[in-house]
Amino acid sequence: MSDDHHDHKPTGLGRWLFSTNHKDIGTMYLWFSFIMLFIGGGMAMIIRAELYQPGMQLVDPDFFNQMTTLHGLIMVFGVIMPAFVGFANWLVPMMIGAPDMALPRMNNMSFWILPFAFGTLLSTLFMEGSAPNFGWTFYAPLSTTYGPASTDYFIFGVHLMGISSIMGSINVIVTILNMRAPGMTLMKMPIFVWTWLITAFLLIAVMPVLAGVVTMMLTDRNFGTSFFEAAGGGDPVMFQHVFWFFGHPEVYIMILPSFGIISQIIPTFARKKLFGYSSMVYATASIAILSFIVWAHHMYTVGMPLAGELFFMLATMLIAVPTGVKVFNWTATMWKGSLTFETPMLFSVAFIILFTIGGFSGLMMSITPVDFQYHDTYFIVAHFHYVLVTGALFAIFAGAYYWLPKWTGNMYDETLGKVHFWISLVSVNVLFFPMHFLGLAGMPRRIPDYALQFTDFNQMASIGAFVFGGIQLLFLYIVIKCIRGGEKATDQVWEGAEGLEFEQLPSPAPFHSFTQAPEVK
Amino acid sequence: MTDQNQQKNENSKVVKKLLLATVFMFGFGYALVPLYNIFCDITGLNGKTSDQAAVVKAADIDNNRWVTVEFIGNLNDNMPWKFRPAISKMKVRPGEPSRINYVAKNVSSSSITGNAVPSVSPGQAAKYFTKTECFCFTQQELKSGEEKEMPVVFIVDKNLPKRINTVTLSYTFFNSPVAKKEKSSVSMAKK
Amino acid sequence: MGDGMSVLLRTIKAISLMFVSTELFAAAQMDLTPGVTAISQEVYELHTLILWICVIIGAGVFGVIFISIFKHRKSKGAVAANFHDNMTVEVLWTVIPFLILIGMAIPAAKTLIKMESPADDAEVTIKITGYQWKWNYDYMHEGFNYFSNLAQSSKDAVNSDNPKDREGINYLLDVDNRMVIPANKKVRFLMTSNDVIHSWWVPDFAVKKDAIPGYINEAWTIVPKEGVYRGQCAELCGKDHGFMPIVVEVKSEADYAAWVAEKKGVAAAAAAGDSKTWTMDELMAKGKDIYNASCAACHMAEGQGIPAAGFPALKASAIATGPVAAHLDIVINGSKVNPAMAAYGAQMSDADLAAVITYERNAWGNNTGDAVQPADVKAARK
Repeated sequence: MSDDHHDHKPTGLGRWLFSTNHKDIGTMYLWFSFIMLFIGGGMAMIIRAELYQPGMQLVDPDFFNQMTTLHGLIMVFGVIMPAFVGFANWLVPMMIGAPDMALPRMNNMSFWILPFAFGTLLSTLFMEGSAPNFGWTFYAPLSTTYGPASTDYFIFGVHLMGISSIMGSINVIVTILNMRAPGMTLMKMPIFVWTWLITAFLLIAVMPVLAGVVTMMLTDRNFGTSFFEAAGGGDPVMFQHVFWFFGHPEVYIMILPSFGIISQIIPTFARKKLFGYSSMVYATASIAILSFIVWAHHMYTVGMPLAGELFFMLATMLIAVPTGVKVFNWTATMWKGSLTFETPMLFSVAFIILFTIGGFSGLMMSITPVDFQYHDTYFIVAHFHYVLVTGALFAIFAGAYYWLPKWTGNMYDETLGKVHFWISLVSVNVLFFPMHFLGLAGMPRRIPDYALQFTDFNQMASIGAFVFGGIQLLFLYIVIKCIRGGEKATDQVWEGAEGLEFEQLPSPAPFHSFTQAPEVK
Repeated sequence: MTDQNQQKNENSKVVKKLLLATVFMFGFGYALVPLYNIFCDITGLNGKTSDQAAVVKAADIDNNRWVTVEFIGNLNDNMPWKFRPAISKMKVRPGEPSRINYVAKNVSSSSITGNAVPSVSPGQAAKYFTKTECFCFTQQELKSGEEKEMPVVFIVDKNLPKRINTVTLSYTFFNSPVAKKEKSSVSMAKK
Repeated sequence: MGDGMSVLLRTIKAISLMFVSTELFAAAQMDLTPGVTAISQEVYELHTLILWICVIIGAGVFGVIFISIFKHRKSKGAVAANFHDNMTVEVLWTVIPFLILIGMAIPAAKTLIKMESPADDAEVTIKITGYQWKWNYDYMHEGFNYFSNLAQSSKDAVNSDNPKDREGINYLLDVDNRMVIPANKKVRFLMTSNDVIHSWWVPDFAVKKDAIPGYINEAWTIVPKEGVYRGQCAELCGKDHGFMPIVVEVKSEADYAAWVAEKKGVAAAAAAGDSKTWTMDELMAKGKDIYNASCAACHMAEGQGIPAAGFPALKASAIATGPVAAHLDIVINGSKVNPAMAAYGAQMSDADLAAVITYERNAWGNNTGDAVQPADVKAARK
């Protein structure tokens, strides 16, 4: 093959700027996401500090709204999604026995768009007037007729993110469909690859809809159209329908790859095959399909006809079935295994339990009449943080610990990893569990100040937040320490690890891997 | 080499399909707009009523039933008009055309053009509510201090579901988009 | 900051109490309110039912996970079994959850159908209009309406350094003018908005509906118990979203009738106010109240504004100390260059406008000495 003589790495800045290597690009995605985690997390710290006690102490209400808005946008589009793309870049080619991603130059471009997208978004903080302050869901007309001037930059930023995601998913799909090693049939692919294939299709289906909705906003704001303005025959409620048609599949875009990561890790540390591989694949696919017909459960209070409310309630409840299948499968995988609890396994077990708690609150809020009480309260905030922090983010932590030795050739510091896990586990629950109570007791979300009866639980949540935020610095230290050295990892890394990346590649994985297609049993 | 070229061809085939899908979904996002409007017409979502005058068929009046119609007048964004229905409710026979006046007055110092946006509640009643004459079909201009009576002639369809006995008709006047646009372009210029 | 330790202790105590006893923690509400209406009670029961179903399923699944964690450890000599498929269990754990869901859907649908039934036999209809950032309650068939703002006591306490200032005033949950409804009567709410989407929510009634500009939504309630019920705006609506509470006072039928009669009288008196000539002191007193309710959110209590956010100062400003005509124009018609400055011409009576403009021209050292009269406003409207 023509690429064989290239096994030395390019050096200097050019190595990163012009990289077409899936491992380098994966690394950049992961570091980008890590940096964004600290920026978005910093904003969360400001939010929790202001909410530490009643009264306005630190920021004004408008800045508070800017913080909730940017925190949401950064965590969704800047942390969770790029982290998963980073995993996909690193792992998909190694897992299916391909030499690289199918479209390496596009891969480079889709990464390098991101810093510009988020640079644009963050620059709004320094603009005259105000940064976007209408929540990450940017409902019209608050974001259109009443949005600050910086909204147009926000729209530009969202467009860039969308283009990046679409290019990334095209790459993933082409790689998975065309680049599999001989013998790697679809139903032999690791679950992580499956979940990413489905996620990529979801992205291609809904990111263009998001692009459409922000384009409509742009023309409404600047070119006299009236998509969302009642005065010109438009309808602000339609904004919510179109947004959530994107938004609900987006939720699964953020969780399906975590399902994949957890499905790789649990069997390794249970030293037992994944229970129900094919039902896992079908469950993932049915969750993805169902995600297109449940969007209006985010908007029960807009005044839908009864039939609509009933339909969306029933469709939403149905999602509990395939999600349940997944949880049961993981449990059955652990059952009668030979378990050890290294850090990736600890995060994975915590994921199963805490994600399920988030799933339960999700089931509760699918019930329309009860959701009238939950809607737009801290109960919702608790729900999606359980799903996205102890769900998606914990899966990212688990995956990072699991594959770091393969990536760097060095074991991370297991003791520090366990410290990171236990402190994160306790603090994240002190942070988010009380939010269930706050919401049930009637505290609306997105408010900068609250009535006195909410004080105790808010203080608890804030203390949890400071600890949880702070301990992530330890994770940064662990990662850096692992990159710089440590006990050498074996090629298989973990005793029970299976898959091409562990069975057929050395640790660290060489810059160019599988230039000759491996043999798949 | 040929292997690689073949691979590239395969790849670009899939890429083309996916790009097509992307463009299709972008278009689909826009298609959701008319789809949504059709959906609203069928279900009465949001209580949208037709913005066209209805053609009246031969009167077929249900003399065994009364329906109460309530009237509301709203002004959006603190528009400096006064706007209210002449009466707050009336009883009508389904099938029979009825007339009611809204009264609007411009209390500002400049001439203002407004658009009235109709809404009917409960939403399911919207498709049984037809208007043969309405000030909401066209833009309305009021000079400073001018007061105007604005008539609506409507018919409640006799097929209105039996469980609905009260229908609320609301109009919200918006400063017309033309005027709005000027306002926003001025503020853009300031930036 | 010095009480960090005691907060930590309290937090630890709170966490431990959470698991020991919910009764001891009753000071802070943890569960959904059962509310006071038949519907809200049904909703509460539904919530409790589903919560317990989740708890039971959770206990089962987590129980199995924990048994595994403790028993099937390699360190305890566990050897991995070899199964990775079992058709029977897989079918069972697909079908059983499905049946449980149907069991949940039936009562949920019943309650929903009740909530969404038309409210046309309502005896009182109130149009609720959301404004940035207050509510307007229009008793449509009685012929009066009024604004409901966050109470002054809460506004004063927001930026206070002394937490005691926030005690005993229903902080952020009190308003200047409450909504009043009669007990045991069906009350119908029609929601709409003047600007962005708001959401009117009173947890004790289980009523939450969005107020959408240009469209109306409806909801209803029957409250059997007299009392005062509090809620908040539930949809992010801009800067002061957290500062537009809802207070509903439920009165007996007789008291409600008396209240309506009084309100109608006030409406008549306001009309009379527009035709009399006011003294400077009267104008300043009334103007200060109106300013704090309607203007201080952006221009701030001392007239200093928030220039960085696009809200100009009024203190020593060109408008408030310049010609009266320009000042009248911007308050009545809104700003032509800054969309944040709304037109108040339609919201306020001539007397209200006269008072607030007089106040702005004479407070905070603006001492222009101008006393603007309702008649001046009336003339300026033309």
